[in-house]
Amino acid sequence: MLINCPYCGPRDVIEFTYQGDGNRKRPQPASQDLDAWNAYVYDRLNPAGDHNEIWQHSGGCRAHLRVVRNTVTHEILSTAFARGGHKSAGHKAGGNQ
Amino acid sequence: MVERQLPERQLPERLSPLEPVYHPGSHGNFEHGVDVILSETRPGSILQLAAWPGEEKRLMSGIYKVTGLALPDAAGGGVVNGAKAAFGFAPGKFTVVDEAEGLASAFTGVITPAIGTITDLSHGRTAIRIAGPKAEWVMAKFFAVDFALPAFPLGAGRSTNHHDVFAQIQRTGGDQFDIYVFRSFARSFWKALCHASEEVGYEVH
Ligand SMILES: [Zn+2]
Repeated sequence: MLINCPYCGPRDVIEFTYQGDGNRKRPQPASQDLDAWNAYVYDRLNPAGDHNEIWQHSGGCRAHLRVVRNTVTHEILSTAFARGGHKSAGHKAGGNQ
Repeated sequence: MVERQLPERQLPERLSPLEPVYHPGSHGNFEHGVDVILSETRPGSILQLAAWPGEEKRLMSGIYKVTGLALPDAAGGGVVNGAKAAFGFAPGKFTVVDEAEGLASAFTGVITPAIGTITDLSHGRTAIRIAGPKAEWVMAKFFAVDFALPAFPLGAGRSTNHHDVFAQIQRTGGDQFDIYVFRSFARSFWKALCHASEEVGYEVH
């Protein structure tokens, strides 16, 4: 499985760390909405198909990425910086692609 | 904002972590020719510069101001010029190297706290050079990175790792790479690199 890091280009999955489901929405830290916290901690879509995920290129540039992966085929459909807005100098996608 | 001043201090003489296993001469299968040359480059300064989001261009012009190195505006882009070298290794982050000591103090006042941070890794990293016609071949045994010249152009940098030994690699010649590894892993990495070079015949300079 190759993940196409927007900074480094395509790299083997062993260089990456899974950081969890990218669909979770963290409540405000002061929130006392127990249902919202319960959903954040436990509720997962668990689809057989395309899935929004957060990965870190921990064995490379160490950027956090938004990845869409098909959980059936392991096909990587898209990758982007999780923080976004990295279009300026030294942040442009390119590398060894 | 108050500018930081790095304190003037006398740095201790640096000892190579490779010293007990660094054996100059020809090794391995060299009867049919030496196909890679391994060496430790021992630069005086190894810095890591990181820009706050949106400050990347100002940081890059600061690198140009201090070192004369004009970084290309591309991910992993880099440049080598004699005693100095620089390359991007992550979004907004750059490694800058100089044969001479004291590069960190040259950056104070140029890379202000509003632009980003300077981390002096001169004593924390070991720089290993591999050169020769089989350098790409040996490197490909270590790292899952495309080392062919069109994919990894001269001056460019890559962040990757070998069995949890994090490595920054810069192509400093057509058949030459400089590898920056943690000092504490350097001896183990060097020994592995020597083993991997045996089949092609190697020389330690
Ligand atoms: Zn990366």
